[in-house]
Amino acid sequence: MKVGVITFPGSNCDDDCIFALEKNAECEVETLWHKDTPSLGELDLIVLPGGFSYGDYLRTGAMAAVSPIMDSVKEYADKGGLVLGICNGFQILCESGLLPGALVRNQNQGFVCKDIELEITHSNPWTSPLSAGALLCLPIAHGEGRYVVDPEKYEELDRKGQIIFRYKEDINGSYQRIAGITNERMNVCGMMPHPERASDLRSRDGMKIWNAVRKMVGGKK
Amino acid sequence: MKARVHIFFKDSVFDPQGSTVATSLQKLGFSKVKNVRMGKVIDVEIDSTFLEEAKRDVNKMCEKLLVNPVIETYRVEFLEK
Repeated sequence: MKVGVITFPGSNCDDDCIFALEKNAECEVETLWHKDTPSLGELDLIVLPGGFSYGDYLRTGAMAAVSPIMDSVKEYADKGGLVLGICNGFQILCESGLLPGALVRNQNQGFVCKDIELEITHSNPWTSPLSAGALLCLPIAHGEGRYVVDPEKYEELDRKGQIIFRYKEDINGSYQRIAGITNERMNVCGMMPHPERASDLRSRDGMKIWNAVRKMVGGKK
Repeated sequence: MKARVHIFFKDSVFDPQGSTVATSLQKLGFSKVKNVRMGKVIDVEIDSTFLEEAKRDVNKMCEKLLVNPVIETYRVEFLEK
């Protein structure tokens, strides 16, 4: 499995993603720079890592969403390619329009950094074979992870099974405890928790995401 | 000329900064403070003398980058010709 990891100026989980993917998930990794406009066709997955791209200027993810590589990412996603945004990556995907909704300042203004329990809301390809109701323990670390979406759009997302992760307990004021979603086609996923920080012997729950991706990639070929 | 873009969260989006400031104002004795909403002001200097053209450009800037319509609203004023 070949994975592209994009580095934006201010990304700080890119090396963690590369390490987890290479050492733990045994993938081949291609590092990508935000100014590149590569053809991404041969990649099985593209990861937008966490961090503070462009210093969170204007809005989190706003500047990264208009950086040159995002045109290639959109084209790749339009063709059905798998895209995973983690934390700041999730914010970038929302800002770019690849995912609905937006992520804003946590309700209590605080930065939360801890392990949390995450509920899988709908069985979905990103956590297969786990079924709805299964719990994962993953770390979160964010100040702007409060997902907002209007109620009508929420109903639609819920009905279509696009809300795949909810915090078991309210962490940041996120609407309906939403922690991660997919697009309608389910090939683009954004999540605030960090699977790449839980892919070693201490916690293996992050591996469940990489294993599910491997299964999706295998199914496509 | 200079365009001043005022950006605010939509009413439906909770603004924790504004809420915290409101609480502090109330604690300072400003008991009539009901609510505070905080926004952003962005000044954009434009090399143009045509107001209509500048208006069009600034609106495009807002749509493409300055404003996220999912959570924010905005208005533009022009400060000098």
